[in-house]
Amino acid sequence: MTHIRLPEPDRAIVARRDQITADLIAIAGRDAVISDEDGRRAFETDALTSYRRMPLAVVLPETTETIANILRYCHTQGVKVIARGAGTSLAGGALPAEDAVVVGISKMNRVLDIDLPGRTMRVQTGITNVSITAAVAPDGFFYAPDPSSQLACTLAGNLGMNSGGAHCLKYGVTTNNVLGVRMVLMTGEIVDIGGPYVDAAGLDLLSLVIGSEGQMGIITEATVRIIRAAEGARPMLLGFDSSEAAGRCVSAIIASGIIPVAIEFMDRPAIEVCEAYAKAGYPLDCEALLIIEVEGSETEITERLEQMLELAKPFRPSSHAISSGPDQSAKIWKGRKSAFGALGRIADYYCMDGTIPLGRLPEVLTAISQICTSYGLRVANIFHAGDGNLHPLIMFDANDPASEQRAEQAGSDILALCVEVGGCLTGEHGVGIEKRDLMAKQFNADDLRVQMRLKSVFDPGWLLNPAKVFPLDADQRGDLPAMRSSTLPAAA
Amino acid sequence: MVETLRPTNEAELQSALIGLSQSGLAAEIRGAGSKAAIGRPLQLPAVIETTGLSGITLYEPTELVMSARAGTSLGEVESTLAERGQMLAFEPMDLGPATGGRGGVQTMGAVFATNVSGARRIAAGAARDHLLGVRAVNGRGEIFKSGGRVLKNVTGYDVARALTGSWGTLAVLSEVTFKVLPKPQETQTLVYVGLSDDVGVEMLCAAMGSPFEISGTVHLTAGLTSRLELGRLSREAATVTAIRIENFTSSVAYRIGRLKDALKIYGTPELLEQDASLLFWSELRRLSPVTPAPGDAPTHLWRISTAPRQAAKVVDAIRRNMQVEACYDASGGLIWLEVTASADAGGADIRRILSTHGGHATLIRAEPAVRGSVEVFQPMSASVERLTRGIKAAFDPSAVLNPGRMYAGI
Repeated sequence: MTHIRLPEPDRAIVARRDQITADLIAIAGRDAVISDEDGRRAFETDALTSYRRMPLAVVLPETTETIANILRYCHTQGVKVIARGAGTSLAGGALPAEDAVVVGISKMNRVLDIDLPGRTMRVQTGITNVSITAAVAPDGFFYAPDPSSQLACTLAGNLGMNSGGAHCLKYGVTTNNVLGVRMVLMTGEIVDIGGPYVDAAGLDLLSLVIGSEGQMGIITEATVRIIRAAEGARPMLLGFDSSEAAGRCVSAIIASGIIPVAIEFMDRPAIEVCEAYAKAGYPLDCEALLIIEVEGSETEITERLEQMLELAKPFRPSSHAISSGPDQSAKIWKGRKSAFGALGRIADYYCMDGTIPLGRLPEVLTAISQICTSYGLRVANIFHAGDGNLHPLIMFDANDPASEQRAEQAGSDILALCVEVGGCLTGEHGVGIEKRDLMAKQFNADDLRVQMRLKSVFDPGWLLNPAKVFPLDADQRGDLPAMRSSTLPAAA
Repeated sequence: MVETLRPTNEAELQSALIGLSQSGLAAEIRGAGSKAAIGRPLQLPAVIETTGLSGITLYEPTELVMSARAGTSLGEVESTLAERGQMLAFEPMDLGPATGGRGGVQTMGAVFATNVSGARRIAAGAARDHLLGVRAVNGRGEIFKSGGRVLKNVTGYDVARALTGSWGTLAVLSEVTFKVLPKPQETQTLVYVGLSDDVGVEMLCAAMGSPFEISGTVHLTAGLTSRLELGRLSREAATVTAIRIENFTSSVAYRIGRLKDALKIYGTPELLEQDASLLFWSELRRLSPVTPAPGDAPTHLWRISTAPRQAAKVVDAIRRNMQVEACYDASGGLIWLEVTASADAGGADIRRILSTHGGHATLIRAEPAVRGSVEVFQPMSASVERLTRGIKAAFDPSAVLNPGRMYAGI
């Protein structure tokens, strides 16, 4: 994909690369700095792989203090900094720039404290999402947000994007599960917000920082909430002849007062791909599949699933199957969580992330199908039905630039549609570079100005993760100080 | 002469704010005024009252979402939700009666602007966790929106949530959109009498570490139980430790049984069935246990956040300096601490103790002279203060909105 504009690098900074690298080595140590071309190439993109930029240098520090020293140096020198977790952003949130230093948090991955009675845990944010749960799973606890990339993605990235997952209908997203952070500002100042208790003092700065896409500071430590796991959990598969019937079934379940821990939806193309990959026992003779999971004791689970089967009857499910046990449950979730990878085996695809009001589901799915057909593309739909977060996967041929561009255009059309029906551009992946230029579809100039002023409070020089989140020309609309290099954006 | 402006729509609110900003006048921002006695005392030339911005504008029970103009009363919202078997899961507290204000009158805008959340927050999260979007006007007179009406939304910065708990100092909310949830079919409560504070808190933490989805945990010191209406508890003159379970009826029966078993080393509890449970938790929602009866000696009230494992130690340490009674919520991590009235409400000792144990304190009830002389909200670190001042300036550069309500000059 190539139509997203990226700013021209600041040539003066690029010309000083050797000196800057030497200074970074003096600050962080030789082992922490990657300056050779092959080494840097490993960091040139994230999970939006069509966009690549060689970073000026990469630093992998091991302490908050080192990060503070690096940021203080870069601030003094006017060098841009891009924070990076595991580089799994689907939105280009961690895309480097040729005039920017990448600060990777991956070496800071330790658990610092576990307080089971208080149900909190202090960790360094380079820890992977799944390792947080792993540290407390033997005691029966877990960390709730569970993005599909949880094996690889770091808490730092989750904090940047306010990541969700399949189980947030019941347990919320990242911002609902974090109580405190230690953050380094661009000036090198270290700020502590909140702690192992409810409500940070003063203004709710955590809300601002979480989901700010690495533009306000680099979070190096966090106190997260951990939750005691239910006695058991079990998913059920419900197949339907139409997406509409599946959507109406979800509404009926929610209206009845049951909040399942997860309700996932797949359409036929998605089911076929995932079943071929995971052999989870998904029905292949339906147009739409719901994976509905409930928690509790064996008796409670049975009772709740039977109650939902009864509620589903008016929508004539074409098949239903309750997971036979932990093995099949694991396969059912494996199939869902590896959907992106499974589809990647048969086609290149572009993963969208809009959210819509659930009531508009049938018309939106029809429209998505029409949009993709009009561009001559196929689409598979996977989404978190309980909360209306769609993941249309638009398939294209990466060897054909025209097909790639059509996929990007179809994606933009779909997101515009999500906003039009009362939803939003991104439910959990973030804006990054990908949806940056669509922000004006959801927000007017004042809405954006209010957000951009906050960015200026934390990072007045706009050096952190630049050219992301806000339209490149947005700074010309407001009363903000000039904050980007004056070079004109060029096509990538 | 205080000028009271009562806009009836967002455009009028905007005009009012532009007018104030142009004439350099600051305004107290209020809903129904139930929390007027909380915060640093204000003497401002104008008042903006949001009660004219009223009405539920969207309710989709199957999407678990509602929108209401900021001045809509909480009562209207809760009764509309109840008709469809739903509720605000964060159980917003009513701080009015405990602070000498009116009870039962707060507005939805104020609920979110002050982030008032009750005992169920331990399971469901606070008001901030249920807010999906806002429309608001800042001190510059700009109308803006943030968030939306869908449950999952990370488009742009989370400005809406950042306005929760800002006490009207950044923007005046004109409309709020929030998540709603089904009301539980059944509520029951286990009550243990006579546990010491540390043992009571330990038991609450143990209960939270069980897989039975506890939705309320409270421990009251002995001096507070006489204020409960629930006769059989108030007679005891001993500590009361209570654990709530809400769920489908069959699940409640099963879970209560399992939990009693798991906690049997703490003694044999009394079971409050549905009606008694609803009464007990509604009294907590109004802070009845820490509200003196008319004629009682005046007391001051603090709200303390700390790690549950520190809670009893914090209260013990404070007790060495002054007479206290404590209502421990959130498995001990949130303490409503009633102290004998004094010139600084005990603030110096309380904050010194918290600085060693971790946590922070807000003065909730004290006469204006006291609130004018001690920091009502927890003092900030230098870096947080700098950010806070920057944020205030971004929203409200000429300090029109509730200046000084939380912190001097903010």
